[in-house]
Amino acid sequence: MRANRPILSILLWTLLSLVTLFPIYWLFVISVKPAVELFTTPSVLLDTVYWKNYVKVLGDDTLRRYMFNSIVISTGNAVLVTVLAFMACYALSRFDLPGKENIFFWTITNRMAPAAVFLLPFFLLFTQVFVIGEWKLYDTRTGMILLYCTFNLPFAIWTLRPTIDAIPKELDEAATVDGATTWQVIREVIFPLARPGLAVTLILTWVFAWNEFLLAATLTSFNARTITTGLSEYVTTTGTEWGTMASIAIITLIPALLIFSVVQRHIVAGLTFGAVKE
Amino acid sequence: MRSNRVGWLLLAPTIAILGIFGIVPFLYVLYVAFHQWNPFGANPYMIYNGANNFRRLVFDNEFLTSIAFTLKFAFFAVLSEVVLGYFLAQLFMKEFPGRGLFRTIHTLPLIVAPIVVGSVWRLMTTPSIGIIPYLLKSWFGYDLNIGRDATMAFALTVIMDIWHWTPLVTLTLLAALVSLPKEPFEQAQIDGANRWQIFWHVTLPMIRPAILATVFIRLMDALRTVDEVWMLTGGGPGAATRYLGLHIWKIVFPKTDYGYGSATSVIVLYLTLVMCWLLYVALVARRGQKRAS
Repeated sequence: MRANRPILSILLWTLLSLVTLFPIYWLFVISVKPAVELFTTPSVLLDTVYWKNYVKVLGDDTLRRYMFNSIVISTGNAVLVTVLAFMACYALSRFDLPGKENIFFWTITNRMAPAAVFLLPFFLLFTQVFVIGEWKLYDTRTGMILLYCTFNLPFAIWTLRPTIDAIPKELDEAATVDGATTWQVIREVIFPLARPGLAVTLILTWVFAWNEFLLAATLTSFNARTITTGLSEYVTTTGTEWGTMASIAIITLIPALLIFSVVQRHIVAGLTFGAVKE
Repeated sequence: MRSNRVGWLLLAPTIAILGIFGIVPFLYVLYVAFHQWNPFGANPYMIYNGANNFRRLVFDNEFLTSIAFTLKFAFFAVLSEVVLGYFLAQLFMKEFPGRGLFRTIHTLPLIVAPIVVGSVWRLMTTPSIGIIPYLLKSWFGYDLNIGRDATMAFALTVIMDIWHWTPLVTLTLLAALVSLPKEPFEQAQIDGANRWQIFWHVTLPMIRPAILATVFIRLMDALRTVDEVWMLTGGGPGAATRYLGLHIWKIVFPKTDYGYGSATSVIVLYLTLVMCWLLYVALVARRGQKRAS
């Protein structure tokens, strides 16, 4: 499979894409079927399209609010986490801090906790500890942005560290000799070279925050409720409104896709100067 | 070397946030783990009962089988994802028409929330209404019933996980491959190395840290999967897909047995930690040796 045989690549990718797209196509199929038709004999192709679910979802103010919350929380959290992780990884990679490998490992342990039991202490923290007068951290976007750091920050630090470690130390030493400050080294030397890694970190932390369900379901009620939690309100024990849920899910793909296509370009930006040849 | 104070300053916000939202809740859970506490039970107060919860765990058959199933699930899912993800990342390194489009398509599964993924896969596979059993039946005459067939239910959770998370591996490894320097590859080619030798002696050592980090993340996430499997199989049939995250969920929510649930979580956390630590030490130590020689 060399570069001079693009047909083969395209064939392979088309096949893979079909597999990748099928469940998403099916999600769309569910979203444009009336509830009764879901429980009849299935067929791969659509014969009639039923848009009522979308009309209902798009006209819903509450869902628009949830969508806005999701965008603010995911973007806020992804940016915060990427910046903090970038700082932390630079420190871990370039300074001779005592016990730094242990700190590095400790960060990841925060992602290992099974969520179910930790909901309770988080709930107590949010409703009883972080309270200033009338104000509570509970059901605020700030609270969710901070809380999502528990699983996103370790992730970001672990994905970014190899990238920063791989940047030759000689480069920043040379810059330091030339009189650059730490801030200048980070901005002028490390940042441009770490761009693919930073882009991936930003995308993936954004995705994790966007998709998170358990914590948002417990720690928000209305003001800061996210769309993922909002759509799960249609999944109940007495019966699920599959169509409504699926149409919300399809709509939530759009902002996610936009952010993806903007940031993804930076991943391969590095290809122009550091391509691997086989 | 510059003064360490700058280094600590750069690390401080991370340590502060993870300290507050990581260590404090953990200590709380640890405290509850030594108590008998069912807030909605006959006696809603916390009663100290020493290590009884832990003693009960050792003989808890459900818990022990859950560990075995979870490990099996994590092993198959993560191994396939890393192999497949690496292969796909390599394919993306080559220029071909439509690469950008295919890359976008390939990352789509990531942006579908786990709870939605579980729902869709469930609707696709439920006997008599799902498209997959229907096609399998009419094309191959095969009966797929994940409500009864434990092996198929297990396989399906693995396949769903692969579908959902391989793009993550592809993206992280793609970023790692993209930022590799060019010279070692050119040098190897001049030296007449074949493709396998280049992979084994040049590419692999350089991206090993990235692969390691990805395996860790995926392993941890696979060990605490809840939403997707909950929606797809609900843990069944029997306990075949009742993975640890779901197992704890079932102790804490339908049964509201907080004390026992906390003890289970502490042990699960401990096992995950030890496993990852051993893996980490083994791999990092090996890397260190190589560098020294």
